[in-house]
Amino acid sequence: MDNSKDKPIVQINRLNFWYGDKQALFDINVGIAPNCATAFIGPSGCGKSTLLRCLNRMNDLNDEQRIEGTITMHGMDIRAPEVDVIELRKRVGMVFQKSNPFPKSIFENIAYGLRLQGSQKKNHLAERVESSLRRAALWEEVKDRLDESALSLSGGQQQRLCIARTIAVEPDVVLMDEPCSALDPTATAKIEELIQDLKRYYTIIIVTHNMQQATRCSDFTAFFYLGKLIEFDTTTKIFTNPANKQTEDYITGRFG
Amino acid sequence: MQAPMNNGCGTPQAGALSGRATLAEAILRRKHRWGEWLVERGIFMVSLSAILMIFLIFIFVGREALPVALGRTNNARIQKPIVAAEIPRLSPEKLAAYLGMTVADLKTYDADTLRQLVELKGQELQDIGNPDARINTTSWNMMTEPYRWHGYDKPEFIWQPVSEIPKFNIIPLIIGSLKATLVALLLSVPLGVGAAIYVSQLARPSVRETVKPAIELLSGIPSVVLGFFALIVLATMLQTVFGYESRLNAFVAGVALGLTVIPIIFTISEDALSSVPKAFTHAALALGASPWKAAWQVVLPAAVPGVFAACVLGFGRAIGETMVVLMASGNASIVSGSIFDSCRTLTASIAAELAEVVFGGDHYRILFLLGALLFAATFLTNLLGDVVVHRLKLKLEGSR
Repeated sequence: MDNSKDKPIVQINRLNFWYGDKQALFDINVGIAPNCATAFIGPSGCGKSTLLRCLNRMNDLNDEQRIEGTITMHGMDIRAPEVDVIELRKRVGMVFQKSNPFPKSIFENIAYGLRLQGSQKKNHLAERVESSLRRAALWEEVKDRLDESALSLSGGQQQRLCIARTIAVEPDVVLMDEPCSALDPTATAKIEELIQDLKRYYTIIIVTHNMQQATRCSDFTAFFYLGKLIEFDTTTKIFTNPANKQTEDYITGRFG
Repeated sequence: MQAPMNNGCGTPQAGALSGRATLAEAILRRKHRWGEWLVERGIFMVSLSAILMIFLIFIFVGREALPVALGRTNNARIQKPIVAAEIPRLSPEKLAAYLGMTVADLKTYDADTLRQLVELKGQELQDIGNPDARINTTSWNMMTEPYRWHGYDKPEFIWQPVSEIPKFNIIPLIIGSLKATLVALLLSVPLGVGAAIYVSQLARPSVRETVKPAIELLSGIPSVVLGFFALIVLATMLQTVFGYESRLNAFVAGVALGLTVIPIIFTISEDALSSVPKAFTHAALALGASPWKAAWQVVLPAAVPGVFAACVLGFGRAIGETMVVLMASGNASIVSGSIFDSCRTLTASIAAELAEVVFGGDHYRILFLLGALLFAATFLTNLLGDVVVHRLKLKLEGSR
């Protein structure tokens, strides 16, 4: 375990990505450290979400996409032809920008991923649902209404439910695509706290527009601009002493 | 609270907007937009008249069926004979009805002729040997319960509206309609919903662009052409495959009927499934669901209200469809549980018989009663469907 702490869990090498004719990512090289939170920042349209969606191959859903380069996870190429993308997504969870709980009960929302993995026993499911909800700091708020529709929750609660649903299946990596952009500051603070806590169990990659958020909850920060990775370093370094002029301009709010 | 003044927000520049009307000048004159008012009223009147027309049709159908529905008709051939001595005490209406003539005709006869007519009628009544002639076959009991007719060895449901003793039991027709509809729905619900799931969730865009219009084209086939196809091709084909006895039956009619219903169920279900937010699909896929599981376990449950509404509309279309069943069902009004026996539906009976009935007669009124029954059946199904859909929606949205 200690040994793997130094090695990146996800390694992206020379990644180029096109939507049709338009190139969205240029020659990206990043290594993501395990059990850390890594933030992707940058102005809108800089490709940070695209890169995130390469990691669980959600971009496969787009017919027009083309990708070159390698992405390895635990040293394995996730784009190899023999890789089962469905199994991959069970190991790389994703939390979306807009909370998207299923129109089912709170319990069923979390049990769904577990059922997909084959667990059917009622006791086991109930246990896992509870532990995931506790980790997502939602248990106290919903424990008496697990049978109610997930859509009856508030926006912040829905997003925490989505996080609980993602971590219930014990993924290796959790991808978060601007998870707080639709939430108010109180709900955002709760989720940021949660990210700090979840780092102990999972590797977290978070895309964010909010630079304070990146400083508050990430260990490493990657700054993207126009599809290129401009700078990647520890969060402290990026925000106190950026090496690149563009990074400095962006984080000080001169553009973006 | 008020923002502090003189805070450097800039002062309005005189002249920049000079010549423009002040706020009061601009908004205090209410303009009458006659054109818009007229269009609005026009659309309102058109929609009102459409509703009114449906209402009037229902009133008309109901009015024609009312005497039978309320049990006011009596077609018993043998009534209690009237003795000639009673004539002066009877009302002209009753006497006219007894003799089968109008009151005006009655008045053209003198008392002597009338007495002779009454005696003749009495004689005629005694000559009828069929005991069934005493029965009022238009009563609700006779229309809905089995009866052992003269010459039959057990009680039966019989629809024979033009026999010597007209028999108006509507049960065989209701069973016929339900049988054909059931077969149609058993075929069209799985196929229609299945195709909708495939086209909206799983198919590649190029496949979707061809399959969707192709299925919708089915609804453009005139039902008489489909009935023709069922009568000539489908009936023989299915008989070869299943080897049943009567070539035209509820099964053949149901299959053909299913073909008319599939496009309806498909189109509405497809709309419902497509309008489920893609976010649900993405969430399921990101959790490691296969596209099929995401469609079946997440999207379909979310679209259940729409899919259910599609099935209700499909039911309405199937039970109301006439030409296909008229041509392919065999039209034998028998009570049988087997879908491989011929059947006669409510709609086919109306279509086949209404042109030949005596205007205002019992048969005529009973056919209108069948129409009213169909109307009520579809209305109640749609109403029930609406309530269920509403409930399902509330349940999905979590506001219980």
